[in-house]
Amino acid sequence: MTVAQATIDRGAPTRARYGSMSRDRRWALRWSYFFLVLFAIFFLTPPLYMLITSLKTSAEISAATNPWWIYNPTLSNYIELLTSSTYITFFRNSAIVSIFVVCITMLISVPAAFALARMKFWGSAVLATGVFLTYLVPDTLLFIPLFKMFAVFNEWTDIQLINKWWVLLIVYPTLTVPFCTWIMIGYFASIPKELDEAALMDGANYRQILFKIFIPVALPGLIAATIFAFTVSWAQFLYPLAFTTSPDQLVLPVGIITTLIKGDVFNWGQIMTGALLGAAPPLIIYAFLMDYYIAGLTAGATKG
Amino acid sequence: MVDAVISDVRGISTPRKRTGLRRMMQRKSTIAFFMALPLILLIGLLVLYPAFYAVHLATLNKSMQRFVGLSNFTFLFNRETFWMVVRQSCIFALTAVFFKALIGFVVAHFVHNVPANKQRRWRGILLIPWVIPPAMSTLAWLWLFDPSYSAFNWILVHLGLSPVIWTGDAFWARFSVILINVWYGAPFFLIMYLAALKSVPDQLYEAAAIDGANWWQRIWYVTLPMMRNIIAITVLFSTIVTFANFDIVQVLTAGGPIDKTHVFATWAFRLGIQGGDIPLGASVSLFMFPILAICAIFILRDIHRRGNEA
Repeated sequence: MTVAQATIDRGAPTRARYGSMSRDRRWALRWSYFFLVLFAIFFLTPPLYMLITSLKTSAEISAATNPWWIYNPTLSNYIELLTSSTYITFFRNSAIVSIFVVCITMLISVPAAFALARMKFWGSAVLATGVFLTYLVPDTLLFIPLFKMFAVFNEWTDIQLINKWWVLLIVYPTLTVPFCTWIMIGYFASIPKELDEAALMDGANYRQILFKIFIPVALPGLIAATIFAFTVSWAQFLYPLAFTTSPDQLVLPVGIITTLIKGDVFNWGQIMTGALLGAAPPLIIYAFLMDYYIAGLTAGATKG
Repeated sequence: MVDAVISDVRGISTPRKRTGLRRMMQRKSTIAFFMALPLILLIGLLVLYPAFYAVHLATLNKSMQRFVGLSNFTFLFNRETFWMVVRQSCIFALTAVFFKALIGFVVAHFVHNVPANKQRRWRGILLIPWVIPPAMSTLAWLWLFDPSYSAFNWILVHLGLSPVIWTGDAFWARFSVILINVWYGAPFFLIMYLAALKSVPDQLYEAAAIDGANWWQRIWYVTLPMMRNIIAITVLFSTIVTFANFDIVQVLTAGGPIDKTHVFATWAFRLGIQGGDIPLGASVSLFMFPILAICAIFILRDIHRRGNEA
C-alpha cells in the first residue's frame, strides 16, 4: 500500500507538493524501520541471552568474560538435561497435563458453547455472561481457598489431591474453559442460522449438527482455542507451585525453578537451557500456527 | 425459528404416548442444559464456591477453628507491610499497564507503516515475549540482572557508567519487575492495536489529509476515536491481569528486598501457603477483588453497548 503510493508519487516529481509527500513517506518508513529494529532488540534480548548462556560451559560463565559472546560453544548443557531423569520427568508431567487439559477443555467448552450460542434455555444468557466473568477471575484469587478445599476433601474422603500432578487436571480447566467457551460462542454465533435450520429440516439431530456442521465450519476457532488451552496450561506457574512439591510430581516451570536453582551455586548454563527447552513447545506451535494464535488472541476482545 | 421447526418435527414424528420424563429429556432446552452442565459444574464448584469460601476463610483465626470476624483485616490495616503492598500493587499495575499500552500503540503504528508484505514477519518477531511462558522468560531476566554476572552491568561498565544493583535495591527492583511486565505484555497490546488500526477506513485519513490535518491531528481526531473501544477493553483486561500478577514478581524477587516488591498475589502466597496462615493469605488476596469488580463492570458495560449497536 505505502510502497505503491510512494512509487506513484515518485513518478510525478515535478509537482512540489507530491514530491514532499513522497519524501515524508520515505522518511516515515525509514524511522519506522529504525524504531522497529530497536524494539525488536528489546523484545528479543532475553530469549537470545538464554540461547547464548545455554551454549556456554560453567567455567566460561564463571570466568566473567564478555557475557554476550560465546568463546567455546558447547551442547553439554543440552545433553546433560535431556539425559537427566528429573528434567525428563518435568517435561513428561508438563506434556501429559497440558494434553489432558486441552482434551478436557474441548469436551466441556465445545458442547457448552454450542448450547449457549444456538439453543436458548432458561438462564442461558446469564450463563454466557457468567462464563465471561469467570474468565476475568484470576488464579491468584482462588489458589488459597482451593488449597484449603483440597485439604478438607482429603479429610472427608481420604483421597489426597495435594502433591499429585493430576490435581492440576482439576484446576487448570478453570483457567482454560471460560475463555475457550467464550471464543467458541463467538465463532458459533457467526455461523448463519440457515445452515442448521436446513440441517434440521433434513432431519439431522443436534449431535449431527454439532459434528457435521458447527465443528467443521468453526475449525479455525477450534484450533485457536486449542492453542490457547495448551499454552495456558503449559505456562501456568502458581497452581503447580502451590499444590505440588515432590520432584516427581512437578511440571516444568516449577521444576526448573525449584530444583535447578540450588542454593547459591547457580548453574546458569543449565537453568537457561532448561528454560529455553521449556519455552520451546509454545514457540514451535506459535511458529507454525501464528495466524491461529493471533486469531485466538484478538477474538477474546473483539468477538464479544 | 429453530424452536418452531423442532416442535413441528417432533409433533409429527413422535408418537403421542410418552412419559413426562422422556418428553422432558427430549426437549431442546433440556438437551442444551445437559450440554452446558459440565461448564456449570466447573464454574460453580471450582470458581464460584472457592471465591465465596475465600470470604469465609478470611473470617477465621489462624488454626481455622474460631470465627474472628474482621480481625484479620484490622490486623492487616495495622501492619505497615500491608500498606506498602497496596501501594506497590497500584504503582506496579498502573505504571506497567500505561507503558504496555503506550509501547503497544506506538509500535503498532510502526508496524502499520511498513509495507503490507513485511508486516507479518515483524508481527511474528515482536509477539515472541508473549509466547514464552513468563516463568521461563523471567529466569532469563533474573540472569541478566544477576548481582555479580549481570550482562547489562557489563555493558554499563564498558560504557563508563556505574553498575546498577538491579534486584538488590528497592527502587531498581521495583523498576525491574515493571520492566519485565512491560516487556511481556506490550506485544499483546501491539497485536490488538494493529488489528484495530487495520479496521480504520483509509478514507478517513484521506479526508483528514485533504482538510490539512497534521499527523498529530490525524491521530487525535481519527485514530484514537476509532480505536477507543479496543483501547478501553485491552486496558481493562490488562489491568486485571497485571493486578493479579504473580509469576514475574515471584521468580525475580520473591517480594524482596525486604518485602519492597511484594504485590497482593505474592504476599498472599507468602502468608497463606509458605507461612501456613491460610485465613490471612485469603484476606490479602481478597483485596484484589474490588479492582477486579470495577474493571469487570466497565468491560461488561462496553460489551453490552456493543451488543446493542450490532
